Amino acid sequence: MLDSLSLFLQRTTPELIQGTRITLQLTMIALGLGVLFGLPAALVRVYGGKYARRLVIGYIELFRGTPLLVQLFLIYYGLPDLGLTLSRLFAASITLGLNSGAYQAEYFRGAIQAVGSGQMLAARAVGMSRLQAIRYIILPQALLLALPAWSNEAVSMIKYTAVVFLIAVPDLMGQAKILAGRYFNPIEVYLTVALIYILLVFVATQILGAIERKMRTPGLVLEIERH
Amino acid sequence: MMVRAIIRVEDLRKSYQELEIIKGISLTVREQEVVVIIGPSGTGKSTLLRCINLLTRPDSGRIWLKEQEITAPYTDEDKVRQRIGMVFQDFNLFNHLTALQNVTIGLNKVLRMDIREARQKGLWELERVDLADKAASYPAQLSGGQKQRVAIARALALNPDVMLFDEPTSALDPELIGEVLGVMQKLAREGMTMLVVTHEMGFAREVSDRIVFMENGVILEEGPSRQMFYAPKFPRTREFLGKISELYGENRPGEI
Repeated sequence: MLDSLSLFLQRTTPELIQGTRITLQLTMIALGLGVLFGLPAALVRVYGGKYARRLVIGYIELFRGTPLLVQLFLIYYGLPDLGLTLSRLFAASITLGLNSGAYQAEYFRGAIQAVGSGQMLAARAVGMSRLQAIRYIILPQALLLALPAWSNEAVSMIKYTAVVFLIAVPDLMGQAKILAGRYFNPIEVYLTVALIYILLVFVATQILGAIERKMRTPGLVLEIERH
Repeated sequence: MMVRAIIRVEDLRKSYQELEIIKGISLTVREQEVVVIIGPSGTGKSTLLRCINLLTRPDSGRIWLKEQEITAPYTDEDKVRQRIGMVFQDFNLFNHLTALQNVTIGLNKVLRMDIREARQKGLWELERVDLADKAASYPAQLSGGQKQRVAIARALALNPDVMLFDEPTSALDPELIGEVLGVMQKLAREGMTMLVVTHEMGFAREVSDRIVFMENGVILEEGPSRQMFYAPKFPRTREFLGKISELYGENRPGEI
């Protein structure tokens, strides 16, 4: 039993490491793109003009209102029909990024609104322009307030990335599928993969928790539901 | 002797939707003068203050800050606001910054002052409101009275031509009102030009030079404080002053 386990691990370790690496890469890229899309979207939603705001709401509703898998298929299988062929990894990254951006936009928006209009007034009253007020007064507070919700999103993203195996990206889940098929041992493989996901989530939770504790500022707390 | 005007308002009007809040107000605040605006709530006192530092755009009328007409087109509003200190009813301290940073951020980011120089100036301003020992505290760690004093220091740091106070003690517990009034009285003695919306009759009587009674968007009566208290022209002024003194008592500004 122990022999077979060690043999199994010997055979599968390289692939699992490779898969884990891709899963982590995808997670980080998705979260990074998510900030890149989500933060400006939130700012436009709160401070933007009517049409810009509508456009942003359209984006947010589209990506929050449809299954991630449908988005992935539309971008990977659908866009080539429009003459835009993307590599698997690129399609996966951009889909996860756009999806995360829509959710992050809502977290950031909630946080910006929680900062309150008095802060903007006071910032303008000391002679700051609107942009300066947003940059030096509103955003620093909003980002602190958004951190717990953002951490949830980050942890969830580790798991959401698993859908990309459906367009044959060799992430952790993709590798698991291949290994299960090769060695006819789905239980061992998927259990191992589940353990790896748990480990990743655990480590990410610890790191983000440490960051939250370090950034804690008296009086700047937004109660959110943890899930 | 003609003392020069710091703020001059001429026939100011402001409506929100159909509702006219300010119906043609003219007002002058001269150098080193302390003017108190009183009047029932919903009368447009706060709106008037916000118009004066352009946080709200008036519909018509003109405002001068010293010699500059600030309601003129193409006025740099941010520059104007640097010269007008504003203190709010609910403090509006920047929650993510310490007391000292609250005072220095305007110096750093707006006036582009050197960091160390700004720090010196910030500490001095906190000293002025007797809060140098709270420099490292965050707003959430301060009492209401302390918050308001930091807010005053923040406004003072930019060396404004005039300070506007919008009911600075209305959100405070009664026992904390005195310390804020004390700071304001000290400022008045130092010669700061001040326009104060307040219900604090003790402050109005002892510190202000002039009292302006506003009702329904117009100035009903204005005059030297003594005259307004002891010999108002209109029965309505007397009635209001009596009622307000009864309601709020007379918190005397404490010494600090």
